[in-house]
Amino acid sequence: MTQMTFARAINSGLRKSLENDPKVILMGEDIGTLGGVFRVTDGLQKDFGKHRVVDTPLAESGILGTAVGLAYRGYRPVVEIQFDGFIYPAFDQIVSQVAKMHYRTQGAVKMPITIRVPFGGGIGSPEHHSESPEAYFTHTSGLRVVSVSNPQDAYTIIQQAIASDDPVLYFEPKRRYHDKGEVDESLVPGAAQSMEQARVVTEGTDVTLVAYGPLVKTARDAALAAADEGVSIEVIDLRSLAPLDFATLEASVRKTGRLVVTHEAGQSGGLGAEVAASITERCFYHLEAAPVRVTGFDVPYPYSKLEMHHLPGLDRILDGVDRALGRPNSLSGLEG
Amino acid sequence: MFTDDAGKGGMAAGGPGNSADSNRRSGGDLVQLITPGGERVSHPEFDTWVQDISDEQLASLYEDMAVIRRIDAEATALQRQGELALWPPLLGQEASQIGSVRALRDDDFVFPSYRDNGVAYCRGVKPSDIVKAWRGNALAGWDPYTVNVATQQIIIGAQSLHATGYAMGIQNDGADSVAVAYFGDGATSEGDVNEAMVFAASFQAPVVFFCQNNHWAISEPVRLQSHIQIADRASGFGIPSMRVDGNDVLAVMAATRIALDRARRGGGPSFIEAVTYRMGPHTTADDPTRYRDANELEDWAAKDPISRLKALLERKGLLTEELEAAVAAKADAVAKELRAGTINMPGPQPLDIFKHVYSTPNSWLDRQEDHYTRYLASFGDPAGAASEEGAR
Repeated sequence: MTQMTFARAINSGLRKSLENDPKVILMGEDIGTLGGVFRVTDGLQKDFGKHRVVDTPLAESGILGTAVGLAYRGYRPVVEIQFDGFIYPAFDQIVSQVAKMHYRTQGAVKMPITIRVPFGGGIGSPEHHSESPEAYFTHTSGLRVVSVSNPQDAYTIIQQAIASDDPVLYFEPKRRYHDKGEVDESLVPGAAQSMEQARVVTEGTDVTLVAYGPLVKTARDAALAAADEGVSIEVIDLRSLAPLDFATLEASVRKTGRLVVTHEAGQSGGLGAEVAASITERCFYHLEAAPVRVTGFDVPYPYSKLEMHHLPGLDRILDGVDRALGRPNSLSGLEG
Repeated sequence: MFTDDAGKGGMAAGGPGNSADSNRRSGGDLVQLITPGGERVSHPEFDTWVQDISDEQLASLYEDMAVIRRIDAEATALQRQGELALWPPLLGQEASQIGSVRALRDDDFVFPSYRDNGVAYCRGVKPSDIVKAWRGNALAGWDPYTVNVATQQIIIGAQSLHATGYAMGIQNDGADSVAVAYFGDGATSEGDVNEAMVFAASFQAPVVFFCQNNHWAISEPVRLQSHIQIADRASGFGIPSMRVDGNDVLAVMAATRIALDRARRGGGPSFIEAVTYRMGPHTTADDPTRYRDANELEDWAAKDPISRLKALLERKGLLTEELEAAVAAKADAVAKELRAGTINMPGPQPLDIFKHVYSTPNSWLDRQEDHYTRYLASFGDPAGAASEEGAR
């Protein structure tokens, strides 16, 4: 076990993939000489060369489109989108090409492309640097979408994503890049599909609290705080956003009877809606209360002086837990 | 402000002096080796690239062009008869497609658009596979790796980036093959084509951008896409370009060979503008009489690529009755194969809808497939009920 930051853990996973498979090629803006604006790819170009760690022109559609061509040629491109809000110029290539190529060619052409996206807010950034665009991609057939919440998963899952023959969007919570954790680098990642298993972070009996990416830590802190009040929260880290691991979610909700989902992205049409609807369909008779969503608002990502109002924090999550439990909460007295 | 009448000498910004009438020169000469009347004219540079073309090869190019024109006509007829949902004719563009594709090596890789059916045919795609997507029996008709041709791209210009990426892969592999992107004049307005040229130039990737300027992007004339000649755009990216008569199969072949040779020898990307004309509609669903002048069509009919090669063959004494009969027989046979292959094409099964979305099992989709299988079975027909396809 080694103590390392989140960013370093991804770096270490990337390095392993570069070592293990000569077809792995990293592409992105500023990822080479600079090592990435967050230093996630620090040192990789120096060690693996400019042909495997490629500084690209500033054109996101160009990056994804050329990655498609490289995949066509048998390569396994790992693309960095510098910030969440910069992914939209590449949207067409991701949705119309990367996601559909395997289906279009009836399996003849594989698109083993990993798209790394630093996402989420909380770091006081200007516009376009704090977004949570994951639902656009979970809604797109042909893509797999994951989000990591801790250094160990970051290390393991980046390797599984790269090994996957399907395209994977890998969402990295940028406000957690400097968090440290234990990473076992001797751990050999299991089959790519095991990255799709949700993780029970803390066991509990009263409420199931579902989170992913940056909010897993917040959810765990909320569970600790609630324990002081005698409320037992089971925190689940989704890891995979598409597909969702309903087996793990169902088992938890059948036990607790209550569901709270939290994410930074806006509420309407978001991932929380999918979790709530699917769980309601699958275990309606085990639910003691309506599912609760604690999310960002349906606003463009706000200016940073206001972002802490937008981002679900520990107290808002606990308020949501109170709602699920029918305890006094900020909406007490309101219908629906 | 947003007028497109620059080419008409109107008041648009820049005025007529900057108009993009593609027959007006501003950059290099429009290279022509065969005149519309079938006269072989010499060109000091380009001649050397086609001097090996024998009489037999010339006749073979003629056959390719005649056959693909026949495929095009047969497919249009099949659409009119309800056997295809849609068809994008390439009528008039035969020399551009045949001249370029016949310059390629088998290990070169082509990234075509939906109109490049002559390209697909010459690379060995079965005629009925060419129309498979247009019948709605698949999204694409062939396995790209069997013919080294990607499936035809419908998103305008997107494939130019795929070709560039593929070429970067060739470069990494240390190979000397080339990736070729086919697209039209309209595509040159797309960001992807411009980004492809940036990437190709920056990495000196072995890619050829082959632009068929057929003058129309559905109803939009080329002057709406570009205020300068399209070939001249390439220099802004640092990419050498050529502008050739796209209805002249030899000029197109020479230009393509020049570009391929440059790429193979590490000289990086090239851009070819093949100036041609879409004599038919955009697709069988289009009505060009709403937007273009009949005179224009007449002008271009006089420059027809097949008539011109035929005239050259005649001048050279190669247009024998024997050749004409052989070409007609080949065209008939291919058309017959296309028709039979289309009408007898096995239809997909209902549950095929779920296949190949992912390369490994996906729990969400597996559940939907399971539920839909049960739904179909609820009609008492486990094979998927009276398949709609049976009626087609």
